[in-house]
Amino acid sequence: MLAVQNLEVVYDDVVLALRGVSLELPDGKIVALLGANGAGKSTLLRALSGLLDIHDGEIRKGSVTLDGTDIGERKPADFARRGIKHVLEGRRVFKELTVEENLRVGAYTARSKLAENTERVYGLFPKLADMRRSTAGYLSGGEQQMLAIGRALMSDPRYLLLDEPSLGLAPMIVAQIRDIVVEINSQGTGVLLVEQNAAMALEIASHGYVMENGRIVMDRPAAELLKDQDVREFYLGLGAEGEVKSSFRDVKHYRRRKRWAS
Amino acid sequence: MTAFLEAVGEGLGTGSVYALLALGFVIIYKAMQVISFAQPAFMLAGIVLVSYLAESVNFWAAVPIAVAAVALLALAVERVAIRPMVGKAVFVIAIITLGVDVVVRVVAGAFIGVDPRSVGDPWGQEVVNVAGIDMAQRNVAALIAMVVVGGLLFAFFRFTPIGLAMRASALDQEAAMAQGVNVGTVFATSWALAGGLAAVAGVFAATGGPIDQNIWIVALAALPVIILGGLDSLGGAVLAGLLIGVVQAVVATYQRDWVPSLETNAGPIVPYLVMMLVLLVRPYGLFGTKEVERV
Repeated sequence: MLAVQNLEVVYDDVVLALRGVSLELPDGKIVALLGANGAGKSTLLRALSGLLDIHDGEIRKGSVTLDGTDIGERKPADFARRGIKHVLEGRRVFKELTVEENLRVGAYTARSKLAENTERVYGLFPKLADMRRSTAGYLSGGEQQMLAIGRALMSDPRYLLLDEPSLGLAPMIVAQIRDIVVEINSQGTGVLLVEQNAAMALEIASHGYVMENGRIVMDRPAAELLKDQDVREFYLGLGAEGEVKSSFRDVKHYRRRKRWAS
Repeated sequence: MTAFLEAVGEGLGTGSVYALLALGFVIIYKAMQVISFAQPAFMLAGIVLVSYLAESVNFWAAVPIAVAAVALLALAVERVAIRPMVGKAVFVIAIITLGVDVVVRVVAGAFIGVDPRSVGDPWGQEVVNVAGIDMAQRNVAALIAMVVVGGLLFAFFRFTPIGLAMRASALDQEAAMAQGVNVGTVFATSWALAGGLAAVAGVFAATGGPIDQNIWIVALAALPVIILGGLDSLGGAVLAGLLIGVVQAVVATYQRDWVPSLETNAGPIVPYLVMMLVLLVRPYGLFGTKEVERV
């Protein structure tokens, strides 16, 4: 199990991005992480994949543990070798390399199984197989996202951290990505899914966390979160809209309710 | 016409030396966005090592040993002087490489001494006749060496995992780290490669006569070459190196007719003139990426 306990992360010695976050990612489960912009979701993923350092971030308190061992201070390469792969927000494929070369870089920590994993990724994304010789930068947004996910899968990771895979994609493509995440998970990979598209994330997740201002404010099974009145209102855009507009008192109510205030 | 073609042949030889040096600059630049001014020193260290080794073993054994030794030296320099500075301003690191350059060059230069030494190459001033044109053997050898080394580099960046990781890391360092690429390894490999390339370049720059204390200045001509080729293009470095070498040799041949007042001084300014003219038309160099400055 990959987990963080009471994690506090500071950027540039001054910006407190996480204020005591605890989260668990069990093997073979999909966990959704919701929250507005700036809530600290990406920071949490960076802490889980060792990428804090190049952003001048630092763990001040708490720990990142893999099966109980503290791995918070290790290098990113170490995280990848231990089977934790982070798919960065905004796809970030190597634009000037071909699709196949992108995948080969993804296999950097698992070179002996290159052929086997390539087959698997091309099986998951048949489109990529057709375009294996094309330059990655010329792929469409959806294809690039698939390449980014495929690249991470090239080392057959135990945990996959997905940072907003649906960012800027058409609804049809989002549905495809969702099905692929489910498929990857059914092959045994644990997925931590960070999403703005809360409906999609909660639909496939077994457990969900809601973050706000660097704190976890909700920690429940996904089914319960889907039914929760606040989540429906603030993240799914359902219910209570009319009331918000009709009365100033309800706006204040909205404001107050927007903070679950731990 | 013969004189012109002979000048071209001469230029291809010098150009190959420039290309080898420029490749080193470009490899380090791609890895760390820093121009390493330590290349002249590694070049001189390579020359000095070969000249001493050639006395005990022969030239052909001396070259690979010296190249490996200079690559190790570059590796050590990177580990000791450069790695702790990673994350500091690029300018700071560039100045540190300048310091490294002075230290290594002074130490290596001291071994040249006052007696004339040579790298003991088998070519000397011999010429070979290629299709009616006399080419100095050493120039042919430099060209062949450059083509072979360039081909090996091409294969290295294309087919080896670390070579591919270096290209990936040059494009997007964070994404490369997320794939498990250790950027420390990338930096170290780039320095070792650049050191080895500088040593090879040095050997061919020093063939054909006694070693000049100031031979490292040749390495500075690689600066206009990399700007001309585009800072981050390996192919550009090779083509620009050959281009500048050839233009320089042609100008050196005809300068007495064109500008008698400059005597023999027109040659060395040619690289900079060519660079300026090309930059007027193509601000990013011949093959450079437009967005070399990454956010």
